[in-house]
Amino acid sequence: MLNNSPGLDQMFQALADPTRRAIVERLSRGPASVSELARPLPMSLPAVVQHLQVLEQSGLVRTEKLGRVRTCSLDSGALSLAEQWINDRRLARNRQLDRLGAFLDAEAIKEKKS
Amino acid sequence: MTQRSATHATFAIERVYPHEIARVFRAFADPAAKKKWFAPPQEGQPDRHSMDFRVGGREVNGGGMHGGHVYVYTAVYQDIVPDERIVYSYDMTMDDVRISVSVATLEFRPQGAGTRLLLTEQGVFLDGHDNPEQRERGTKGLLEMLGRSLAN
Repeated sequence: MLNNSPGLDQMFQALADPTRRAIVERLSRGPASVSELARPLPMSLPAVVQHLQVLEQSGLVRTEKLGRVRTCSLDSGALSLAEQWINDRRLARNRQLDRLGAFLDAEAIKEKKS
Repeated sequence: MTQRSATHATFAIERVYPHEIARVFRAFADPAAKKKWFAPPQEGQPDRHSMDFRVGGREVNGGGMHGGHVYVYTAVYQDIVPDERIVYSYDMTMDDVRISVSVATLEFRPQGAGTRLLLTEQGVFLDGHDNPEQRERGTKGLLEMLGRSLAN
C-alpha cells in the first residue's frame, strides 16, 4: 500500500542526488544544524538550504528553529518501520488465513468420513 | 531523549472459502478450533494463551522468544454478530513495551455456497523511531531500495 504512495516517489527523487544522500547519511547518525551540515559540503550555504528544502518536502527531513539555530533531523525511520510493520502484519495475516483454509478443508473431510 | 511518534496505517485482506459461513465463523468463535490454526506452528505453543469469546472478553496470545524478543498479543472483543461480524481491538507488546494498537474487523459474507471473509486492520505504530539503531538501519534500507530502483 505504502509502496504506491506518492510520498515514496518524492523520497526517491530527493535521494537521487549525492549531496542529499550525504545529508541523509549524516542525519542518520543524529540531528544537526544547517551550518554543521553545510561544513563538509563543497557548496554555498544557500545551495545546502535548497537541498534541505527538497528533503523536507519529501518528508525525509524535519527542521525546527530553536532560537537562531535551525536543527535538522531525519524522519524516515517512522515511515520505513511502519511500512515494515504493515508488511509483516499483512504477511502474518495472510499465512493465518491460509491456515484457516487448510483447517476448514481438513474438518470438512473428517466430517464426510464419519 | 525519547522521541515519541504515532504512525497510522490500514490494510485489508479478502478471502473466499468453499465452506458455509457458520463453519468459518465457528473457527473464530470456538477456542479449541481457533487454537488449531491461529498461531504459527513453527513457533510452537505460546506459553500464554486464553480466549473469552464475548463482547468485552479478552484473548491473550504470546510469550516465548522470537528473534530474542517476547511478543504478547492482547485482544478485547468489541462487537460480535454471529455469522456476520467480529470486531476486536488488540495491542502488541515487545518485551513489555507497547509497539502497536489496532482495530481489526472481520466480515463474513455469503459467496455462492461458500464464504467471503473480509479482514480490515487499522493500526497505530508507536514510537517507531526512538531507537537510533533502528533509525540508522531504516535509512540504510531506504538507500538500498533507492539503489535497486535506480538499477532497474
